[in-house]
Amino acid sequence: MSAASRQVRAWASLLVILNASVVFAGFIAPYAPNEQNRNLPFAGPTRLHFIETTGQFHLRPFVYLVVSTPGSVDKYEEDRSRRYPVRFLIRGARYTIAGFAADRHLFGVEEPAKVFLFGTDQFGRDVFSRLLVGAQISLVAGVLAAGLALSLGVALGALAGFYGGWTDDAVMRIAELFLALPWLYLLLAVRSVLPLHIDPARAFLLLVTVIGFVGWARPARLIRGMVLSAKRRDHVLAARAFGATDMYVLRRHVLPQTAGVVLTQLAVLVPRYILAEVTLSFFGLGVAEPVPSWGNMLAAVQRYDVLTSYWWMFLPGIALSPVFLLYYALANALHEHTALLSS
Amino acid sequence: MRYLSRRLAHGFLVLAGVSVLSFVFVALAPGEFLNEMRLDPRISPEMVAALRDRYGLDQPLPLKYLHWLQSVVRGELGFSFAYDRPVAALLWPRARNTLLLTVPATLAAWLIAVPIGAWSASQRGRWPDRVCAGTTTALLTVPELLLALGLLVVAVRTGYFPIGGMRSAAFAELREWAKVKDLAVHLFLPASALILVNLPVLIRHVRSSLIDVLAAPFIQGAHARGVPPRRLLFRDALRAASNPLISLLGLSIAGLLSTSLVVEAVMSWPGLGPLLLEAIAARDLHLVIGAVMCSTLFLLAGNLVADALLYLSDPRVRADQV
Repeated sequence: MSAASRQVRAWASLLVILNASVVFAGFIAPYAPNEQNRNLPFAGPTRLHFIETTGQFHLRPFVYLVVSTPGSVDKYEEDRSRRYPVRFLIRGARYTIAGFAADRHLFGVEEPAKVFLFGTDQFGRDVFSRLLVGAQISLVAGVLAAGLALSLGVALGALAGFYGGWTDDAVMRIAELFLALPWLYLLLAVRSVLPLHIDPARAFLLLVTVIGFVGWARPARLIRGMVLSAKRRDHVLAARAFGATDMYVLRRHVLPQTAGVVLTQLAVLVPRYILAEVTLSFFGLGVAEPVPSWGNMLAAVQRYDVLTSYWWMFLPGIALSPVFLLYYALANALHEHTALLSS
Repeated sequence: MRYLSRRLAHGFLVLAGVSVLSFVFVALAPGEFLNEMRLDPRISPEMVAALRDRYGLDQPLPLKYLHWLQSVVRGELGFSFAYDRPVAALLWPRARNTLLLTVPATLAAWLIAVPIGAWSASQRGRWPDRVCAGTTTALLTVPELLLALGLLVVAVRTGYFPIGGMRSAAFAELREWAKVKDLAVHLFLPASALILVNLPVLIRHVRSSLIDVLAAPFIQGAHARGVPPRRLLFRDALRAASNPLISLLGLSIAGLLSTSLVVEAVMSWPGLGPLLLEAIAARDLHLVIGAVMCSTLFLLAGNLVADALLYLSDPRVRADQV
C-alpha cells in the first residue's frame, strides 16, 4: 500500500468516526440541550479542580457549586464549602440513541452542582451539550447535502457526457446559469422563496435539499468531462462492439473511472455545505431555536455584549476549524492518490 | 475584438437566462408581500385588490416577466413593496458599496499573494515554503463567518477601528480629505476579512503555477546561463505563468462575492449582502431578484475583465480566435 493510500485511509476513518460519533451526542453530553438554568446565564466554563482549599490533592477532578455574585447579572463565584467529584456513567436527563431511550451520561456531577465544560448561553443552557447535539444537525447536513449534490451532478453529468447532442447542450446550458450566480447569492435566492419560519425537522430537510440542489452544476461539469474522455477509450469501444447496452457500459466501464474525482469532490464539498448550513442558520434562515445547530448557536454573538464579553459563545464557530482541517487533509490525500493512479 | 464581443454577447444571454430562472422560482413561492397586508384590518380588501391589479400580481407568469422587462428598460428593475420604491433606486448605492469593498480587497489580496506565492515556489521544499504552506492551510480552515466575527472582536478590544458601518455619524460635515480617511478606516476591517479569506487560495495557486513554470526547460536554460534568480522569477516565470493566474482571477470572483456577502452582513457594511437578507426577511421578492441579478452582473463583468486581460497578455488566445 502506498503512502498516499495509507493517508487516505487514515483521514477517511477519522472522519467516519467523527460523523458516527454524533449519534452518541446524547450520551457524551452531560445535560439535555434545551435544559435551562435561568439563574446561570453566561456562566463561564466550570473549573475542574484537583486540589482542595485545604491543599489536599484528589486524583478524581471535582467542581464547586457555582452561584451568582450578589448584585450582579453575569458574575459568578464558587461556593467552596463542599466539593462535587466528577462521576462517570451518571444518571441524568433522558435521551435517545437511534431510537433507544437511555439516561446514563458519560460524565456529570451530583446536583445542585453543574459541570459546564464550555460555559452557558443566555438561558443558562450548557454550550458543550448543545454543541454535541448541534453537530447532529450541522455535520450531518453537510454530508447529506454533498451526497445529494453529487448524486444529481453525477447523474446529469454522465447523461450529458454519454449521450451528447441536445441532452448535453440542455444540461450544460442550465449548469452554466447555476454557475453564473455567486453561490451564496444563489443559495439565498432559492431560500427566499420558501416560507420564513419552518419547524426544525422540516427546516433541516429543506436546507439539505436546497443546498444539494444548488450545488449540482460544478460536479456535473467535472463528471461530464471525464465521461466524455472515458467513452472513447478502447476497452469501452470494444465493449460496445460486443453489443453491451448503454446502462452496462456506463455502470461497468465509465462510472468506475470517475470514482476518484467523485470522492475528492465529496471531501471538498462537505465542509462547504457544513458552512452553508451554519451561515444560513446564523442569519436566521435555517434551523431555528430551540433546536441547536452550530449556526443558530453562533447567532448569539450578533448581540454586542455577547460579542465582547463571553468568548465561549464563539466555540460553535471555532469547532468548525478542526472539522474542516480533517476534510481538507482527506481531499489532499485523495487528490494525490488519484494523481498517482492516473500517472 | 471578436473574441471579446462574443464573450459579451454570451454574458447577456446568461443574464437573461438567470432572470427567467429567478422568475420561475419566484412563481413557485408560497407567500408574497401583499398576503401580510391582507391580514391587516386597517387595509381594506379593495385596496389590496387594487394594488394587486396595479402591480400585475394576478397575471400569468410570462406577462409578469414582460412587465418586469419593461421596468428594466425604464431602469427601475421592478418595484420593492417593502420600501415602496423602484428596486434600482435601492440597489445602486448598495451595489456601489459592495464594489467599494470588493475591488480594493481583490487588488490588495493579489498584490500580497503574488510575491509570497512566487517566493514560496522559489524556496520549494525548504523551510520558508513549509512555513507558508502551514500558514495557508491553517487560514483555509477558518470559515469566513468566524474570521469576520473575530476581526469585529479585535475592533472592539483595541478601539482603533470602528465597529461596523461605513461612515462616521459626522461624515457629512467632514472635509474632502477627512472623508476619504474616514471611509478608509471603516473599510480596513471588512477588507482585511476578505483578503484573509482569499489569500490562502491565491497563494497556493500562484505557488503551484510557478512551480510548473520553473521546471520548464527555458527557465532552466536561462538559469544555467546565469540570469539572476530574482529577475528570472519575477520577470520571466511570472509572465509565463500569467495565463493560469488570470484564469484564477475570473474563477475567484464568485467566491469573493459570496464571502463579501457574509462579511458585509456581519460587519454591517451597507452593501448588497445585507440588502438581500433584509429583502428575504420582508419577502420582497422583486428586490431579491434585483440583488441576485446585480451579483450575477458583477460576476459576469469580472469574468469579462479576466477574459480581456487574458486576451491582452496571452498571444495564444489571440491566435486561436483569428
